Amino acid sequence: MEKKKLKNVFVQGAISSEFIGTSIAKHQTKTSIGAHNIFLGQVRADDIEGKIVTAIDYTAYEEMANQKFHEIREATFEKFDLTCMHIYHSLGKVNIGEICLFVFVSSPRRKVVFEALEYVVEAIKAEVPVFGKEIFEDQTHQWKQNS
Amino acid sequence: MQLTIKYFGMLAEATSITEEQLQIDNCSVSELVEKLIHQYPALDKKDFKVAVNQQLVNHNYIINNKAEIALLPPFAGG
Repeated sequence: MEKKKLKNVFVQGAISSEFIGTSIAKHQTKTSIGAHNIFLGQVRADDIEGKIVTAIDYTAYEEMANQKFHEIREATFEKFDLTCMHIYHSLGKVNIGEICLFVFVSSPRRKVVFEALEYVVEAIKAEVPVFGKEIFEDQTHQWKQNS
Repeated sequence: MQLTIKYFGMLAEATSITEEQLQIDNCSVSELVEKLIHQYPALDKKDFKVAVNQQLVNHNYIINNKAEIALLPPFAGG
């Protein structure tokens, strides 16, 4: 039952700066907020044994991942005094320099958002079944693994 | 019982499939994994976790009902 209400965190392809800007603008009406904090994950051009990463192709176990995102969201609201929170993660191909993860937390007070944001991002990295294929210039690939 | 087995990331690449149905008697996760490795030798020595109906379980967990099993390689979100 509850699962039907889960938000879909995933977006196809890179997350644009326009999307992020619009998301910030939407919060201007929420005037109890005194502090936002934003994490943007960007695809890095890693050099792996002389080969340069050009993009990451993301896949996920989407049902379980959305459930995990939901659990992380609930746990974060329980732990921190947040006004609101948004998470978006890319699926499919995201080129180097583009944004693949957008986490946005807001609270009346600044100290809360610093701690909450780190908590959310670390939980996403550790708990959510998302998989990344790092594609090199010569179209060969390797599988990314969070450290 | 009928199981749906899902493979993700490098495991889908190793098996060349993303999903299959399997008819099998009650078994532990480790027995199931052993059977799958026998069927797909490329899975051997791969690092993965197992989820039953979207919950991570350990290798002693007994599967005794129709379920969705997912083989999950290391996570790489963010």
